[in-house]
Amino acid sequence: MEPRPRSFWWLTAFFVVFLIFLYGPTLTIGILSFQGPEGGLTFPMRGVSTHWFHNLFEQQAVGDIWGSFRRSFVLGLMVMAATVVIAVMGGLAFRKRFLGSGAVFYLAIASLVIPSILVSLGVGLVFDRFGLKIHWMTSGFGAQLTWTLPFGLLVMFAVFNRFDASYEEAARDQGATPWQTFAHVVLPIILPSVIGVALFGFSLSYDEFARTLLTAGSYNTLPLEIFGMTTNVTKPVIYALGTLTTVFSFAMIGLFLAGVWLLERHRKGRAARKG
Amino acid sequence: MLRRSDVIGWLLASPLVLVLLAFLVVPIGTIFVVSFWQATEFSIIPAFTLENYEFLLTSPVTYKVFWATFQYAAICWAATLLIGFIVAYYLAFHIRSNNTRMVLFLLCTIPFLTSNIIRMISWIPFLGRNGIANQTLMELGLIDQPLEWLLYSDFAVILAFVHLNTLFMITPIFNSMMRIDRSLIEAARDNGASDWQILWNVIIPLTKPGIMIGTIFVLTLVMGDFITVRFMSGSQSANVGRLISNDIALLQYPSASATSMVLLVTVLMIIGALMRFVNIRKEL
Repeated sequence: MEPRPRSFWWLTAFFVVFLIFLYGPTLTIGILSFQGPEGGLTFPMRGVSTHWFHNLFEQQAVGDIWGSFRRSFVLGLMVMAATVVIAVMGGLAFRKRFLGSGAVFYLAIASLVIPSILVSLGVGLVFDRFGLKIHWMTSGFGAQLTWTLPFGLLVMFAVFNRFDASYEEAARDQGATPWQTFAHVVLPIILPSVIGVALFGFSLSYDEFARTLLTAGSYNTLPLEIFGMTTNVTKPVIYALGTLTTVFSFAMIGLFLAGVWLLERHRKGRAARKG
Repeated sequence: MLRRSDVIGWLLASPLVLVLLAFLVVPIGTIFVVSFWQATEFSIIPAFTLENYEFLLTSPVTYKVFWATFQYAAICWAATLLIGFIVAYYLAFHIRSNNTRMVLFLLCTIPFLTSNIIRMISWIPFLGRNGIANQTLMELGLIDQPLEWLLYSDFAVILAFVHLNTLFMITPIFNSMMRIDRSLIEAARDNGASDWQILWNVIIPLTKPGIMIGTIFVLTLVMGDFITVRFMSGSQSANVGRLISNDIALLQYPSASATSMVLLVTVLMIIGALMRFVNIRKEL
């Protein structure tokens, strides 16, 4: 192998610094969440304890954390399922030009670039005007979809831009119905990307703040609850919560990545057996 | 005359279209209508008025706040572009193994899938008055007193913006770079081009679509933000998003709507101009 140019080492150093910049703060609050009971929001550590994690389980200390976590989790799953189905259907629709497809495409892009607070305000106003009660399962759910759907759609565009249509033709030539072609040929091929869309859908919903702010109604989602805490909690309990929810996010990412990895391995194994 | 493919296209796209109509088009339309309504302290009145726009467009605060918003956007754009380009360039051209490249790219992506608010909070122990930055600088003898402008300042706002949004530059630029035909670079090298010449005359021109898409993302995220500015400036700085959210908190929906419309038009004009330079669908 040819030796690395000097620029490689400079860029490696830059990249490492960038990763520290990216992860350093999160690791810092991870450490500080084990602050002793007397400790504050910054170093030094005054002892090491799990005091602040215990605090999270006491209603009076932090409010309705677990309720909001449950709601965010359910909402995340709802948004994930809707995003996967609608984005895959949308991706399929755009494989062929149809009347008005350009307009639909620009609508999806608009959904991505319109400031979140406008969606929040607008959905809130619509529900108010029509005399509907805002609730995280209705208005919150819809408002979040305006953010996750365009992302899912862009991923599906990328997938179908690289999709080899001859597999489908082969299936069709052998008499497969359109549904059979989709279920047994197209879907297995795009499945890893679909899992990616699912991960995006869940995570973007689980952490979504601005679009949910005016559309969640009287029951908070977790990010709203956390934001409420920033204004009146000045103890490391907020770090403990931050650490827990970040660990949860990492676990979800790990779960999805493991899914993709197992799928690829299974597929390679099968290809190898077939020789 | 509708063709069969049009019908199938619409059937498949209909859930997407319905969701976007109900939760994007109608809400934005409602904001537009309400921006011409009147308000009292407690309620909004559906009576036509231009007052909201008149007040907005004649108030010096508006121009100051829009100017501040543009400044945040410009600085964050420059910073995320520089960092994003270098990181993408490193991943695309200096990492030789595909697996390593994927792992390193994932490392850049993962924080994007965690909570933005937690990521903002996590700057406190670093930037605070008794935070790591101040303590280190004092121990090194570089300063005698803690710097007050690290946290709850414009500096903190921009730092957080860059922290949260650089990924939106890295991903499209990286995507563009990975699509560059490597033989072009070989050809340039064989013809005696230096590394800088290759970068400037081959890579950057071919990376422009990615840069455009990244720019669209970063500009819209920064210009539409209100929470980063509020939290990281300790409510001391303002941008347009905060103007809107303050009006909302005071239940002044018509006024919030008028500001929203002006922000929307501004953002769409900028994005419209940028979209002329790039065909997003082709670049994916």
